[in-house]
Amino acid sequence: MNELILSKDLRGANGVIPLEIDTTFKRGELTVLFGKSGAGKSTILRMIAGLLEPTGGKIIIEDEIWYDSSKKINLPPQKRKVGFVFQDYALFPNMTVRQNLLYALDDKKKIVKVDEILKITELTKLENEKPDALSGGQKQRVALARALVREPKILLLDEPLSALDFAMRAKLQDELLKIQRHFNLTTVLVSHDIGEVYKLAQFVLELADGKILRQGTPSEIFGGSKISGKFKFSGEIVDIAQSDIVFIVSILVGQDVVKVVSTEEEIRDLKIGRKVTLSSKAFNPIITPI
Amino acid sequence: MIEESFVQTMSLTFKLAGVTTLFLLMIGIPLGYYLAATKNRLKPVLEAIVSMPLVLPPSVLGFYMLVFFSPKNAFGQWLDETLDLRLVFSFEGLVVASIIFSLPFMVHPIQSGFSALPKNLTEAAYTLGKSKINVLFRALLPNIRPSLLTGIVISFAHTVGEFGVVLMMGGNISGETRVASIAIYDEVESLNYGAANQYALTLFLISFAILLFVYAINKHFLKAELS
Repeated sequence: MNELILSKDLRGANGVIPLEIDTTFKRGELTVLFGKSGAGKSTILRMIAGLLEPTGGKIIIEDEIWYDSSKKINLPPQKRKVGFVFQDYALFPNMTVRQNLLYALDDKKKIVKVDEILKITELTKLENEKPDALSGGQKQRVALARALVREPKILLLDEPLSALDFAMRAKLQDELLKIQRHFNLTTVLVSHDIGEVYKLAQFVLELADGKILRQGTPSEIFGGSKISGKFKFSGEIVDIAQSDIVFIVSILVGQDVVKVVSTEEEIRDLKIGRKVTLSSKAFNPIITPI
Repeated sequence: MIEESFVQTMSLTFKLAGVTTLFLLMIGIPLGYYLAATKNRLKPVLEAIVSMPLVLPPSVLGFYMLVFFSPKNAFGQWLDETLDLRLVFSFEGLVVASIIFSLPFMVHPIQSGFSALPKNLTEAAYTLGKSKINVLFRALLPNIRPSLLTGIVISFAHTVGEFGVVLMMGGNISGETRVASIAIYDEVESLNYGAANQYALTLFLISFAILLFVYAINKHFLKAELS
């Protein structure tokens, strides 16, 4: 079991916000930290990795104490077995793909491991390229591969896919899931994309202003359990336009824009940019092969 | 006769520049790294001290060093008695003076090179279990090669060309402290324009070649990084 009790003052645009976190998460599970920017998501990852010291609390990963303010334990990042994947990848520009992975290898006898991970992440063909010659998606894969080489007890992913386009993101989400299950890795991922959370998370911690707002499985949190809808999508409102006496609300679901007719009363709580759940109760979907 | 003293003076000039640059590299890397990374409130003070030789007349610097290292004063006496090292009017003294005088030319490019690297390169290396020294040599220095090259070459060229500090601190002792820039002054004073021109032209061409080399190489480096 992994335990996380953290406190820290966050310095944001709106002054100082105290971060207070107390949670546990299971071994081998993929936990997503979800919330708006400034909620403290990345700060939590950095504290787990030892790059930032909390004011107080406890970090226990796989029954190993990494930080405990009451016992004055604070392992340096070098002593914590983490695999950290940064948003902008942080690959070493002077090293090839293979050298980036070799640099992460503690025991040079385990060189086979590098070959194995290059193969799993489909990077074998690119192993002699420098990072500057790679696309965003490829760089992300190298960053993930490099983190895996260290055989981490916990994999920390800081919005790893946010800089990629939709198609690449969807593909890498699948790969990430496959790899996470393959190694049965305890993983904490930071995301602000509901679609991503639905797809990847086994457990979600929703944060707002440094506090845990809700925690549970994705459907418990975003499902809106009041509705027993058969069809349910999450999306974002991109436009609200008036047409005679009704309003046409355009919602971006994945890459498609869905137009929904609403009344003035219904749109009162809606505004452009708002994340919404789109569901329908009583209708019979027609499935056509394409 | 003239040829021999010319060769002696030029080789002394380059020996001084070479030794100075080597020491500056050893000082400049840790100092530049510290200045780029530190959040210490006293950082501006340290930066001002490093940059002082840029604005101070070389004669001022030379004068204070002459006084400070003179065996008549406590520190100079201590050096003389315990380490048997006399820094005034000696080659060793010129090296010390040149290191101080050319310090900003080495530290500034290295500091800006380190500052331009993404901070999370260091953090990524820490999470991979690497020590600070390992990170510096494996992950950071190889990525600031253009800055290192600029620092090395400019410091070298600047040391070759310095005059005021050398004259104050070293004087004009043939084979010990007489470098090319001093020799030009000396030859002109004795109305020996031909010999002065020989030194002047040599320095002129070497300085141009060095700067051309830096700009050509750095352009090449930049291209390689962008492709």
